[in-house]
Amino acid sequence: MRSKRIKEMPLHLMLLPGAILVLIYCYGPMFGIIMAFQNFKPAFGFFRSEWVGFGNFTYISDLPSTFQVLYNTVYIALMKIVAGLVVPIGIAILLNEIGKTFIKRSIQTLIYLPHFLSWIILGGILIDVLSPSSGIVNRVLEGIGLPSVYFLGDNRWFPFTVVVTDLWKEFGFATIVYLAALTSINPNLYEAAIVDGANRWKQTWHITLPGMMPIIVLLTTLSLGNILNAGFDQIFNMYSPQVFESGDIIDTFVYRLGLVDAQFGPATAVGLFKSIVSLAFISVSYLLAYRLANYRIF
Amino acid sequence: MRAQLDSRKVFQTANYTFLIGISLLCILPFIHVLAISLSSKTAAAAGSVLFWPVGFTFKSYDYVLSKPAFVDALLITLKRVGLGTLINMFLTILIAYPLAKEVRDFKYRTAYAWYFVLTILFSGGLIPTYMIVNKTYLMDTIWALIIPGAVPVFNVILLLNFFRGLPRELEEASFVDGAGHWTVLWRILVPLSAPALATIVLFTIVGHWNSWFDGLIFMNRPENYPLQSYLQTVIIQQDLLRVASQSLDSLAEVSERTSKAAQIFMGALPILLVYPFLQKYFIKGIVLGSVKE
Repeated sequence: MRSKRIKEMPLHLMLLPGAILVLIYCYGPMFGIIMAFQNFKPAFGFFRSEWVGFGNFTYISDLPSTFQVLYNTVYIALMKIVAGLVVPIGIAILLNEIGKTFIKRSIQTLIYLPHFLSWIILGGILIDVLSPSSGIVNRVLEGIGLPSVYFLGDNRWFPFTVVVTDLWKEFGFATIVYLAALTSINPNLYEAAIVDGANRWKQTWHITLPGMMPIIVLLTTLSLGNILNAGFDQIFNMYSPQVFESGDIIDTFVYRLGLVDAQFGPATAVGLFKSIVSLAFISVSYLLAYRLANYRIF
Repeated sequence: MRAQLDSRKVFQTANYTFLIGISLLCILPFIHVLAISLSSKTAAAAGSVLFWPVGFTFKSYDYVLSKPAFVDALLITLKRVGLGTLINMFLTILIAYPLAKEVRDFKYRTAYAWYFVLTILFSGGLIPTYMIVNKTYLMDTIWALIIPGAVPVFNVILLLNFFRGLPRELEEASFVDGAGHWTVLWRILVPLSAPALATIVLFTIVGHWNSWFDGLIFMNRPENYPLQSYLQTVIIQQDLLRVASQSLDSLAEVSERTSKAAQIFMGALPILLVYPFLQKYFIKGIVLGSVKE
């Protein structure tokens, strides 16, 4: 009976403006995917450009750099996923051992500072401090007798530099969720463990980690969806032609192919490939998260 | 027992040292760049600047603030943050309310929810998005920075989950008293959701301030760039292309490096000033978004 009293029309009206904007700017581009199957010329538009079937896809797979780009993407993304899970969990456990609230707070405030800044700011800072000639990091390395390293210009170093600097930006912020999980563990468990003679290490292993397990499982499964996200914003602002071999990823490749070289068809085809693979991984990860951690997005 | 206490002490000391070291690692690069921006050209070039300015001077800041391009870009960013946040928040609230209803109250709730959530799962990609923005005549206008991302679906989900956690009796009582949806939303739900809304506003402001890629691709004319896109061209592209800036050589106390450092610091300043005070809000917000029962 209650549902009769609540009118539905105003609800539709509230959704209308947002629904229209999403239709144009989110579903519109999905329609634009037909460019992947066209020799798209802006002058002819979506409807009069020549259809080429899977021509763009074969063109892309024949390019020598394509598989290197795919490899770089997965390699960097996987390293980021693993580091982004392990380090924040470790830091959260260590932070939890700190008794003085003021110090704990201050450390937290400092470690999530980089999260809030753009990769323009951080890229600018990193280019300066990692510079092989004048950067402070290399001056320190030389000071302790090590050879200087061209972190952003050497293919052997670039992927690791990307992973470590991304970790530097995000680990503090990622720690928040784990800390919240830690504080919700029932203190009685620890008291009981102490009575039973468990030391700190045993308490961590048998109480703290299991207590964090649900959130660890959840975030691990959800991070699967990022398998092709190696971080456009970061890499675009830190790479240069000399590290394309180790640092060029799908997103930067699409950008150069489409917006710099104006090869709209092939670029859209690569983008479509990425969207489909990502969709598959995200769907699986959400399904796993639902099964394992009873997680629902809405 | 005694040995256990001692090893505990050793661990605590090591732990404090390690964590304080890590936090210094997060803050020292910023202090270093700030020190460079306040140092003289010669000191910066000689590499004698660590974490304290050498040959203290504000010349780099004078130089940067005297560049019309920098000031114009800053104004565009302020405009985008204001307009963008307003529109984002309005749409977020407006969409979250119907989607927070139960299916028995709003039959199409699930269909609409999937309509919005699908856009997180799948996207057309960069090139088609660029084409649509181009075709809808947004290029080179401030709206290109606001309209394509006007519906932040993640924030909608955050807020709708918050709405669902509020006691239903409040709105039911208002409906009985004859209030409509609009009144219930703005007079009851919105005031009750202040903590969640504060978090979302914060993230929205930071997001708009930090956005740079949309400005770079949707603006053909550099004078329409927002601040971060402008900084991308002067700090990052210059460096990566190894283009030496000629105009600076004539200035006695400012070098490319010190002026870059000054611009980096000014691009970060508003966020550095604001975020420590908003800590408690965003901690609440992020926990609310990810660990919900």
